[in-house]
Amino acid sequence: MLALRGIEKSYPLAGGTLPVLKGIDLNIDQGEMVAIMGSSGSGKSTLLNVLGLLDGFDEGSYTLGDVDMSGLSEKQGARYRSRFLGFVFQSFNLIAFKTALENVALPLFYQKVARRERQKRALEMLGKMGMEDRADHLPSELSGGQKQRVAIARALITSPRVILADEPTGALDSTTSQEVMQVLREVNASGITVIIVTHEADIAAQCDRTIRLHDGVIIEDGRSGEVVEPTARGANTPD
Amino acid sequence: MMGLDRDRLAELVQVVVRNPLRAFLSALGVGWGLFMIIITVGAARGLENGVKADMGSDVSNSMFAWTMSTSLPYKGYQRGRYVEMDIDDVNWLQANTQHLDLVCPEVQLGGYRGTNNVVRGKQSGAFDVHGAIAEYPQVKPMNITEGRFLNEGDLAGERKVCVIGSRVKDILFEMGEEPLGETIQIQGVIFRVVGVYTPKGNDEDAQNEAESIYIPFSTFGKAFNTRGRVGWLSMLIKDGVDAEEAEEATKQLIKARLSIHPDDPRAIGAWSMAEEFQKAELLFSGMRLISLLFGSLALLAGVIGITNIMLISIKERTKELGIRRSLGATPLRILQQIIGETLFLTLLAGLCGLVLGVGLLEAVDGYLEGGGDAGVFRHPEIDFGTVLTVLCILLGMAIFAGVLPAMRALAIRPVEALRSEG
Repeated sequence: MLALRGIEKSYPLAGGTLPVLKGIDLNIDQGEMVAIMGSSGSGKSTLLNVLGLLDGFDEGSYTLGDVDMSGLSEKQGARYRSRFLGFVFQSFNLIAFKTALENVALPLFYQKVARRERQKRALEMLGKMGMEDRADHLPSELSGGQKQRVAIARALITSPRVILADEPTGALDSTTSQEVMQVLREVNASGITVIIVTHEADIAAQCDRTIRLHDGVIIEDGRSGEVVEPTARGANTPD
Repeated sequence: MMGLDRDRLAELVQVVVRNPLRAFLSALGVGWGLFMIIITVGAARGLENGVKADMGSDVSNSMFAWTMSTSLPYKGYQRGRYVEMDIDDVNWLQANTQHLDLVCPEVQLGGYRGTNNVVRGKQSGAFDVHGAIAEYPQVKPMNITEGRFLNEGDLAGERKVCVIGSRVKDILFEMGEEPLGETIQIQGVIFRVVGVYTPKGNDEDAQNEAESIYIPFSTFGKAFNTRGRVGWLSMLIKDGVDAEEAEEATKQLIKARLSIHPDDPRAIGAWSMAEEFQKAELLFSGMRLISLLFGSLALLAGVIGITNIMLISIKERTKELGIRRSLGATPLRILQQIIGETLFLTLLAGLCGLVLGVGLLEAVDGYLEGGGDAGVFRHPEIDFGTVLTVLCILLGMAIFAGVLPAMRALAIRPVEALRSEG
């Protein structure tokens, strides 16, 4: 479903470059629920951005479905993001002046779906998240958990094959975190691949698989709770 | 590319109304600029209309010519010969001219601006008495308030009929008295009144016109023994013919007909209303252009203000743009959105300025129509062509204003936009 081969990524610095991802090899199958863990600066968010086509890479190859994602133009990147991927962010990233319904419908607007159809589907999706009675509320009128539910509804509205979640529970209390994780597990149960970047072990423990990054290298990759050496799953060996 | 459906319009309105004070302030400059263009161009037109109205009762393509004494000897004639035209010369000129639509002979009793004692019963007054032909009102428009002007039958039959100006009527007739069919005496010759007119225009010439009497040119010659002599010619230049060229060509034709040296600078006098109008037109065109230019500069200042506001807005909305990119917005969509917002704001402001400007012009026009005094200022207006030009300038400036912020928005990478604190 999703394959990275020898991905290298570095950021330019004054007087040199800062390597962030160092030869990442990774396969994720359709329907997996994967946690990416690592300390701050380990490269986990950069990896998620590369997977989400929000950022490019310097070396290696990335295949999503059967399509090679190397060297995409901005326009192509936007189209593939719209077709294959949904995003959930720690800070929700809802547009403040749009209602919950409008936020959820926005990806469909960029897919040129007709207004009535868009609103119908957005309302249905909010219903699935138990948020239909908040459809006309602005983000500022919602709690953290409600915002994240709206964000998940927005991520799911285009029927993506992969949900990429960057610290989705990072801004929530533990009860709400569990509610959000329950929603993500239900999403995964419907066959959608879910990739979660987190630094919380209890969140990672609720995923099928955990990948641990350190200094831009995968150092652990295995079923959550029984992490195995990365070589056993074809991942790279740390330097 | 920039199709505007209900959704996009709703997006634009949302973006603009979420910061209404800023939108209003940034739009104010453009609205003011357009308002100024409309007002200054309209005022220039009002001045033009006023001046043209005061330029007299002559139509804009009229021309007048008269004969004087020669200053050069020619074909055996000595210099200083006083040249005269008669009705045959007029007919010849009408048949041979390439530049004129109409040639009207005119003659005045007592010479140019000569007045004559006209009597009706115990009433009398000193008035201008003209011999003219039926087509004369084409050169000197007048409002026939009673009866008619002279006609071909009057001329062919050398009838003793006359058409009198409104002041003549006021002086020779009692209030409420019907002048048609009544007679007046001009130098002892009795003429029957067939029409009354009021002159057009408000100038001094028009006031004199109201104190004039017109009789058939043919009758004039017989009654006052002028033997078909023509005092001067009143003519209409053909459409599209340059007034100066028409004047020179007509002078040369008359000189050729009357055996005057072609280079004689004095023998034929001429005055062209068309030339005056052309000069005035040039002046007012210049005024309109200057109004448009300075108004456009004011507009440009407003548009630069909008560009500035949009640049600030892009900086503030970096995160929002990043979110939109992550949700599948292509660079083209972002470009459309930013240019669309700028266009929306600019055009909305421009239209407000336009409506206010036109409204003010209409109000002033209404005041003047209602008898308000504004001196030489009449019917301020702005024509549709100028409005279209201004809107095109506005549209061009609005696109220009949107490009820079849009390029700035596109330069932000999605991942950086999402990281920002906007």
